Amino acid sequence: MSDHEPTVMNRRAALGCLAAWSGAAVIWTVAGGVPRALGATSNGTVAVPKGVFTFAQISDTHIGFKKEANPDVVGSFHRAAADINGLQHKPALVLHTGDLTHLSKPEEFGQLKELLTEIKVDRVHTVPGEHDALDDGLTGYLKNFDHDGKQRAWYSFDQNGVHFVGLSNVLNFKMGTMTSLGDEQLAWLKKDLAGVSKSTPIVIMAHIPMWTVYAQWGWGTADADQAIAMLKPYGSVTVLNGHIHQVLQKVEGNVALHTAMSLAYPLPTPGQEGIGEPGPVKVPADKLGKLIGTREIKLVRGKHDLALIDTPIDHA
Amino acid sequence: MKKLLIATALLFTAAAHAETTVLIEKFAFSPKEITVAPGTKVVWINKDETPHTATANDKSFASKALDTDDKYEVTFANAGDFSYFCTLHPFMTGTVHVRAN
Repeated sequence: MSDHEPTVMNRRAALGCLAAWSGAAVIWTVAGGVPRALGATSNGTVAVPKGVFTFAQISDTHIGFKKEANPDVVGSFHRAAADINGLQHKPALVLHTGDLTHLSKPEEFGQLKELLTEIKVDRVHTVPGEHDALDDGLTGYLKNFDHDGKQRAWYSFDQNGVHFVGLSNVLNFKMGTMTSLGDEQLAWLKKDLAGVSKSTPIVIMAHIPMWTVYAQWGWGTADADQAIAMLKPYGSVTVLNGHIHQVLQKVEGNVALHTAMSLAYPLPTPGQEGIGEPGPVKVPADKLGKLIGTREIKLVRGKHDLALIDTPIDHA
Repeated sequence: MKKLLIATALLFTAAAHAETTVLIEKFAFSPKEITVAPGTKVVWINKDETPHTATANDKSFASKALDTDDKYEVTFANAGDFSYFCTLHPFMTGTVHVRAN
């Protein structure tokens, strides 16, 4: 069958196409205060200079999802965890940019918490997705992932000279509009940033993109402009998002915004022809592993941007 | 006289049990707008693989997140126009018009 014997050209064309709308693991490096993506590799390995601080991003694990688009999201997670554990340069921490679960069920949060212990890192940080805030808001999420003990989904911390901020943009949904961060959170962000020097690299994580990717599907945050305006005076700002299950990026001055692949299933490109809605895209089982994956990020001293490597869970 | 009473009772029963279905599929409510008589039960069924809600803009009704094939029912007693949306995907909107004959 030709299905099993793809030509090199076909495979390349397919990979190129996939790379355009999905990502896998992105490796981030923070060098000299600026996060920079290292670029995609086929096998997830990359030469890392000494003294480099790296961390990994995973997103949209949707634990509890069992439908055709990926009947084994737990298996996908196992593979991603093994990839991260196999990295030459051990990441200092893992960031999960939301949609930890599919339906906010207590057993789904519990299962993800257990799964995260498979990844050999000291710290795992998360922000909630809208799938983690069903029915009773963030109650279930915060029971398991209250990172600073303040019973709210936004917080900040510092590591290796980088200021990390986790934001929540999954609670303020209003009819016919995009989601928002809300005034209370924006006021908190302003206060939080007031204590951060302009030369400190900043990494923001939030589930829904902090720029308008596609308003018709709600792929954006209505008041993100206010947050971005607060971040503009800083020398290096990297915004990491999930939600849209594909790799996209936008650069605004010193602010670089990136979305990541999912570890569950792909979604269509914005307004993709023949697909009218942002539902799970079903692909043949042997193609799925190219469309989901993780991200490694490196910070190299003396450089002004972070390096990212997106790696699909199928790489050989 | 007795015959008339029975007929009235039957009519009343029919009205009270009127039911109509709104499918949630491909990130849309279908049909998007419906017009029903007071006392009609509206049943939403989610046919997507993604959870959705049916939530009134005025909060007069609100479903939990509906997984695939989950149902949610509301009986509309009074006339009025009830716009609603999915709280997870606010671009999904619909309206129930309740009109007395």
